[in-house]
Amino acid sequence: MKNLTTSGRWATFVDHDITYSFLHSPTTIIASIITILMFVAAFGAPILTSFTPFDPGSLELTDAFLPPVWESGGIEKHFLGTDGQGRDILAAIMYGTQISLVVGLLSVLLSMGIGVPLGIIAGYFGGWVDTAIMRFADIQLTIPPILIALMIDGVTRTSMSSELHEVIAIPVLIVSIGIASWPQYARITRSGAMVERRKDFVAAAKLIQTPTSLILLRHILPNVIGPTLIVATIGVAVAIIIEATLSFLGVGVPPTTPSLGTLIRIGNSFLFSGEWWITFFPAFTLVILVLSVNLIGDWLRDTFNPKLR
Amino acid sequence: MSEQSLLEVQGLKMYFDVSPPLVTRLLNRMPRQVLKAVDGLSFSIERGKTFSLVGESGCGKSTVARAVAGLYKATDGNIIIDGQDLANANGKSKITDISRRMQMIFQSPYASLDPRWRVRDIIAEPIRAFDLANDKRDERRQVEQLLVQVGLSESDGEKYPHEFSGGQRQRISIARALSSKPEFLICDEPTSALDVSVQAQILNLMTELQDELGLTYLFISHDLAVIDHISDWIGVMYLGRVCEITPKAELFSNPRHPYTKLLLETIPDLRGGSHRKPLEGEVPNPITPPSGCTFHPRCPFANERCTREQPVLKEYGPAKVACHAVDEERI
Amino acid sequence: MAVLDISNLCIEFPTRRGVLSAVEDLTLSIEAGEILGIVGESGAGKSLTGNAIVGLLEPPGHVTEGVILLNGRDITHLPESEMRKIRGAQIGVIFQDPLTSLDPLYTIGQQLTQTILTHKKMSNAQAKAWAIELLNEVGIPAPERRFDAFPHEFSGGMRQRVVIALALCCDPCLIIADEPTTALDVSVQAQIIALLKRLSREKGVATMLVTHDMGVIAEAADRVAVIYSGRLAEIGDVRSVIDAPKHPYTKGLMDSIPQIGQNLKILPNIVGAMPRLDARPDGCAFNPRCSKAKFICHQQAAPLIEAGSVGQRAACWVYEGGEKYV
Repeated sequence: MKNLTTSGRWATFVDHDITYSFLHSPTTIIASIITILMFVAAFGAPILTSFTPFDPGSLELTDAFLPPVWESGGIEKHFLGTDGQGRDILAAIMYGTQISLVVGLLSVLLSMGIGVPLGIIAGYFGGWVDTAIMRFADIQLTIPPILIALMIDGVTRTSMSSELHEVIAIPVLIVSIGIASWPQYARITRSGAMVERRKDFVAAAKLIQTPTSLILLRHILPNVIGPTLIVATIGVAVAIIIEATLSFLGVGVPPTTPSLGTLIRIGNSFLFSGEWWITFFPAFTLVILVLSVNLIGDWLRDTFNPKLR
Repeated sequence: MSEQSLLEVQGLKMYFDVSPPLVTRLLNRMPRQVLKAVDGLSFSIERGKTFSLVGESGCGKSTVARAVAGLYKATDGNIIIDGQDLANANGKSKITDISRRMQMIFQSPYASLDPRWRVRDIIAEPIRAFDLANDKRDERRQVEQLLVQVGLSESDGEKYPHEFSGGQRQRISIARALSSKPEFLICDEPTSALDVSVQAQILNLMTELQDELGLTYLFISHDLAVIDHISDWIGVMYLGRVCEITPKAELFSNPRHPYTKLLLETIPDLRGGSHRKPLEGEVPNPITPPSGCTFHPRCPFANERCTREQPVLKEYGPAKVACHAVDEERI
Repeated sequence: MAVLDISNLCIEFPTRRGVLSAVEDLTLSIEAGEILGIVGESGAGKSLTGNAIVGLLEPPGHVTEGVILLNGRDITHLPESEMRKIRGAQIGVIFQDPLTSLDPLYTIGQQLTQTILTHKKMSNAQAKAWAIELLNEVGIPAPERRFDAFPHEFSGGMRQRVVIALALCCDPCLIIADEPTTALDVSVQAQIIALLKRLSREKGVATMLVTHDMGVIAEAADRVAVIYSGRLAEIGDVRSVIDAPKHPYTKGLMDSIPQIGQNLKILPNIVGAMPRLDARPDGCAFNPRCSKAKFICHQQAAPLIEAGSVGQRAACWVYEGGEKYV
C-alpha cells in the first residue's frame, strides 16, 4: 500500500468517514450551524434578550405595531419590530422557538420510548405478540396525529378548567404528538430485531441462560437503535410542524406562552392591515428551523444507510 | 448408557410446524405441514472424543447441534449430558451447571460476535453469567489468558470484532466458548466460512485445545475431509435420520451404507484428479420425504422393501447401519 | 489465438485515503475449449478480475492499466452499451448464487427466449425450440414441461443449470463462472462441474472458473492461476501446480488442505492471514508469512519466473537465475 496512512483501525475509519462526508456536504454544515444557533438562541433567550415578551407587566402599549428597524418608524430597541401589544418580535421568536423545540424533542423522545421497546418485543418474540403489536400500530397509523391531538385537546378542554388547561397544554401537546408517531419507530426496530434475533451472538447468550430481558437490552437494543436515531431527527422536524399546525389552529400552545405556531396565528390577523412582520418572522424562523433539521436528517440517513437513498 | 459417554442422545425428534398461516390454509384447503428436521436420532459421545455429524444441507445436522445445545426444544427424545437429562433438569442450579459445562462455536465468524461489544466483554460474557470471577481484576486476567490461549494477544481485548479477520474472529468465538471452562463443545461448521489456510489453523487450535483441556466435541460439517481429520466417530445423516454411525477408520475404508459410499465418491480428489462420479439427483424436499427408506429414490440398491419400510440402525462390527440392502447382505 | 488474453491488468479503487490496488499486473490467457481455474482466498482479487472482463466492476473500481483482448479485440474500456452486447453474445456469466441471476417474476422459458431474441435474429418459435434444446443440454429433465416453471420451483442445482443455459444462449466463446458451485451441496457440485467440463470440451468454449475451492479446480480445470493479494502467485498446468506447487504460498495452501486418509494430528498451515489491501507489505505480499523470504522479497515483488514443469511459472525470487527450490 503506497499512499495510505498506516492507522487501519476500522473504528477510526468509520469516524473519519463520517467527518469526511460531513465536511464535504456544505448544505449539512450550514444546516448544522443554523440549527445550533437556533438552539443557542432559543434556550439562551433569558440571557440573550432583556425582553420578557410574555410577562404582561413589562409590555408597553406605546411601542405597539413598531415595524422592523430598517423600515421607516422602526427603532433599534425592537430590531424586528413589535406586535399589537408592544411585544418584541425577536424575543418572542426566541422564546417561541424554545417552546417549539421542547415540544419537538420531548414528543419524539416519547414516541421512541413507546415505539422502540414495542418494536423490539414484536420483532424478537414474533408470533401473536408481533401480530398484536403491529396491528395496533396499523390502527394508530390510520389516525392522523393532528386528529389525535384535536381529540385529546377537546377532551381536556371540556373536562378541565381553563387555567388548568393552559398549564397542561404543552404536556398534552407532547403526549398527543408523541403517541401519534410511535408506530414508525416500532416498525424500524421490529425489522431490526427480527434480523438480530437470528444472529448467533444471541444464540450464544441464550446458551449461557442469559435472561431474555438482558438479551433485549444488551444485544438487540444497541444493534437496532441506530436507524431510529436517524428517523428521530426528521421526526423532530415533523413534530415541530405538527405543533405549529395545532397552535395555528388554536388547539395547541396557549397564547400566554406562545410557540412559533401561536405567533404565526396571532400575526396572521394583522397580515392584511400591513403589519406583515408580526407573522412573517416567526414563519420564516419555522421554515428555516424545519428545513435545517430535515437536511441534517437526510444527510444522516444517506451517510449511514446509502441503500435508502 | 456406557460409563464413559458424556453425551447420550436417544430418539431425538425435532418437528417444525411450517404450515402456511391459518387463513391461507383454509382458503386453499391445505393441510398442516410438518418439517421433520430430525426424526428419531440416537448417538452417544465418549468423553474426550470427537463425534461428527456429516451430511448435505438440509439433512438436519445443524438442528441436532442446536437441540443438544438447548436452543431448540426437542419434540421428543432425550438428551442426556453426563447422566443429566437436559429436559428434566429441575432447579436453577442444575440447569446452570449443565449449560456452563457445554458451549458452542458457530459457523459465521461475523454473526456470532456482537459488533457493539468489545472483545473482552464478549469473552467475559459467560464468566459473568456463571459468576466465575472473584472480581474485575480476576475476570480481566482470565480473559487475557484465554486470548493468549487461542493465539491472540492480550491487548486484543480492547478492540471490537470488526477489527479482526474471519479466522481471528473464530478464535474469539472459541475463547468465549472456553471461558466458562466447559467440558463439551458443540461446533457447528466452525471452519466452513473460512479460507483454507485459515481453516487449518483453526482445526489445529481445536485439536490442541482438546488435548490440553480434555474437551469433548460434537462436530458438524459437510466437508468429509475436515471430518476425517478431526473425528473419532462419525454419523452420516440423510433427511433427518442417521444412516450410518462408525469409527472414522471404518467409514473411509469400509463404508457400508449406499449413501455413505456415494458421498465418499463425490469428494473432489486433489491428488488423483478428475474421476469422481457425480451422484445422481438431489436431496428431496424434507417436508415431503420419500416413503420407506428416504434414500431409496437415489439408491442403486433399492428394492420394493426399501420403498415401503423404514430401516433401523443395526450393528455390524463396530458400525451401526440403517439399510435393508446391508441387512439382507445384498451389498 | 487465445480466446481471452489479459496482459498487465491493474484494477484500482481510489479511496479518500489513497488508491487501493486490488489487482496488479495480471497476465493470463485462455484458449478455446480450455478451463482456466482462478483460485485464491476471499479478497485476493479473483472475482474482480472476472468482473473487469465483463465490464461489471463496481465503481469506484476501474482498470487503470493493461489490455483485455477477446478474440483479438480490445474490450478493456468499451462503453457500457457495447459491453452489454458482448456480455450477452460472446461472454456468458455464471454467478455463485443462481437466484441473483434469475428474475423470480418470469418463467425460465420467458427469460431464456428473451435473452435469445435480444441477441439473435430468430422467430419466437425458433427461440423456444432453441431454449428447450439448451435446457436439455444442461441436463434438465423434461425441458418442455419445465419451460413454463418459475425459478422458485427449481432446486438449487437445477437453478444453477438454468443459469448455465442462460449463459449459453448465444453460443458464447467465453464463460466466466464465479464460484458456480459454492452455494451447492457436494453431490450437486460434482454434477455442475461435470456439466461445465462437457460444455467446454464439446462446444470449444473457453471457461474461466473462479473459485476458492482447490478440489473444484483439481477436478475441472486444465490450467490454474493462483492469486494472492491481487497478484498472480503461480500459474501452470493443473496437475503440476497441485502435485508440485512452486510458489511458497501455493505449497502452504496445498499442504493445509486436509486429505482423507492422511491421518495427521496437526495440519501444516501458513501462519497469519492474507494482508488487507490497505496493509500490504512492500515487496512480495506474501513475505510476512513466508519462511523463505530473503532481502529482495521485502524490496520488490517478483515477476513470474519459469519453475518446475513446462509452462509452470511462479512469482517467487527463489527461482531467479534458474535456481531450484524443492
